[in-house]
Amino acid sequence: MSTRRFWVFIEQEEGHIHPVSWELLGVANKLAADVRDEATAEGDEVVVEGVLLGEGVESLAQEAIYHGANRIYLLDGPVFKYYRTRPYSKSIAKLVKKYEPEVFLIGATTLGRDLAGAIATASHTGLTADCTQLEMGEVKGAKHKLLLATRPAFGGNIMATIVCRKHRPQMASVRPRVFPMPERNPAAQGDIIREPVMVTEDDAMATILEIIRNEGENVNLEYADIIVSGGRGMGSPDGFALIKELADELGGVVGASRPCVDAGWIGYEHQVGQSGKTVRPKLYIAAGISGALQHKVGMQGSDFIIAINNDPNAPIFEVADVGIIGDLYEVIPEMLKQIRAKKEAQA
Amino acid sequence: MFHALVAVKQVPDTTNIRIDPETGNLVREGVPAIFNPYDAHALAAAVEWKRKLGGKVTVVSMGPPSFIVTLREAIEMGADEAYLVSDRKFAGADTLATSYVLAETIRRLNEQDPVDMIFFGKQAIDGDTAQVGPGVATRLDLPILTYAVKIRDIDLEARKAIVERKTERWVEVVELPLPVMLTCDKEIAEIPFAPLPDLIRSLKYDPEVWTMAGPVEFDRGQVGVRGSPTIVYKMGTPELPEPGEKINTREVGVEAAVREALAKAESAGVLSAVLGGAK
Ligand SMILES: Cc1cc2nc3c(=O)[nH]c(=O)nc-3n(C[C@H](O)[C@H](O)[C@H](O)COP(=O)(O)OP(=O)(O)OC[C@H]3O[C@@H](n4cnc5c(N)ncnc54)[C@H](O)[C@@H]3O)c2cc1C
Ligand SMILES: Nc1ncnc2c1ncn2[C@@H]1O[C@H](COP(=O)(O)O)[C@@H](O)[C@H]1O
Repeated sequence: MSTRRFWVFIEQEEGHIHPVSWELLGVANKLAADVRDEATAEGDEVVVEGVLLGEGVESLAQEAIYHGANRIYLLDGPVFKYYRTRPYSKSIAKLVKKYEPEVFLIGATTLGRDLAGAIATASHTGLTADCTQLEMGEVKGAKHKLLLATRPAFGGNIMATIVCRKHRPQMASVRPRVFPMPERNPAAQGDIIREPVMVTEDDAMATILEIIRNEGENVNLEYADIIVSGGRGMGSPDGFALIKELADELGGVVGASRPCVDAGWIGYEHQVGQSGKTVRPKLYIAAGISGALQHKVGMQGSDFIIAINNDPNAPIFEVADVGIIGDLYEVIPEMLKQIRAKKEAQA
Repeated sequence: MFHALVAVKQVPDTTNIRIDPETGNLVREGVPAIFNPYDAHALAAAVEWKRKLGGKVTVVSMGPPSFIVTLREAIEMGADEAYLVSDRKFAGADTLATSYVLAETIRRLNEQDPVDMIFFGKQAIDGDTAQVGPGVATRLDLPILTYAVKIRDIDLEARKAIVERKTERWVEVVELPLPVMLTCDKEIAEIPFAPLPDLIRSLKYDPEVWTMAGPVEFDRGQVGVRGSPTIVYKMGTPELPEPGEKINTREVGVEAAVREALAKAESAGVLSAVLGGAK
């Protein structure tokens, strides 16, 4: 009997878990389920395990168990207080060697991308970046199901499915919000295995002298429940005043298409799409956005989409739950009026 | 003397890629090839520090002979020497095989003339993977700083550099020993206008071309398709969801159109946080 391990890197900074870690535990459980029959038939066990590094982060290990990990490997020590490529990647590569996971998923965040490339190279294996679909599937000539990692290619015009036949682990990075957040189950049980810390401060070869925090507001587009986005159809940067007014009224945040960002109408942190953020709000309102593929891939996972566009054939209507054919400068003020009236009626 | 090495790549201009609506195929004709934008900024930073400290900038690229244009452009931007690593056997390389060829080439260039700093772009816009830089640093066992946005200081005497790195949450100011690798964001340096002598030199410049035949002894099993653990298993076009209802303001009026749209959003429960529970 052997153990088939599905690994997830649990990302944290200063004790804050990046929610993509839970999303990945959710998919890892789905992947484990894909091979359960095959494994049972062969007398193998399938487990979902997390790898967590940091200083004083044991309580987060417990949280990871509540979010779907059967076991957590914990590396706790001052050398892991802040992320640095060498201590993290060298330590994790050692764990990979020791436990030989079959699949290893890492969030495609700034931290995760840096780490994933280093681990994959140290482990001499394949890594597929920015996957949007993952499943374990049968591939001709392979004894066991393999990870079918699908990602957009050529500017989102094509979906390419990548496999890593022989090398292990089969690694993939996944952006935040591509997969749904699993339920937290506080009754879930699992083990926390403390692994010895084998790297020292001298191995880090990087000293963080200072951390400069953003003074301004952080735009948390990825995890917003309501997003109102404006596109080139606004005609000028002033359109964002109206977009912002609607976003504020709804308690949401402002998004944008790429041309608006490229033209300097608004900051990059607001960009939704293939080269911006993937979002998954409850409500996404797209105003003056045509709905190019590269924009759609970033927002089509939203629960409910309202599109406002004066071109009845705009492709954005293909993904909208409700499409309003009209001028955004007439529609949005009317929307503001009706929402305010509804709020008042309730107060 | 400062010796900087920059890895640059030629990429298709993805902003110009489109799909033939009839056949669903990618239209490759007429898609211009450009200097990967992040690499151009990385090179600009290397040149800026060479001018400050004295020394030279060596540029390296792995790719087909058509990449020579890109290397000439690098000379125009102020690079002193350029190497193209090119061989049919390198074709089909994934990021692991690419990082192998680049790492072995850089190892060799470093033996010829020790390198102080290696510059990469943060990512190549054709695949957006951002994996090759960390891969090369791992192979060479070098310190690396990704998402570098500003070089504060390079101290060749004390053999260290201070560099700023931008993450999703903050900016880190990091001290690293030399030699070090940086993967650079656009803010790292502005791309300057080419001085006339560089421009003239670039027109006639022929980069040195290295192949499987040498001078680096590449392991055949680690390059190209053979050295790539990942393969493209299948390609498809993205699936489209069922479109929803369209309401035309010209037919029903703006007021009614908005009323209907909001009613639908409300019954889907997505406005409950704003307006209270769904009715
Ligand atoms: C590799 C790559 C990555 C990319 N990444 C992204 C990305 O991350 N995000 C992104 O958004 N794009 C991205 N793009 C660009 C994308 O292809 C489109 O060019 C872009 O999304 C178009 O933006 P838009 O819809 O705002 O503008 P347009 O396509 O110009 O659409 C404007 C729309 O506004 C409508 N309109 C005009 N006036 C009004 C009015 N008064 N009222 C209502 N509607 C009006 C028009 O009918 C039109 O449909 C990427 C492209 C490539 C090649
Ligand atoms: N074929 C190549 N030749 C030279 N440098 C490359 C090549 N591929 C990638 N790079 C470098 O690695 C960086 C990251 O590329 P990628 O991992 O493909 O996103 C690029 O910005 C380049 O600096």
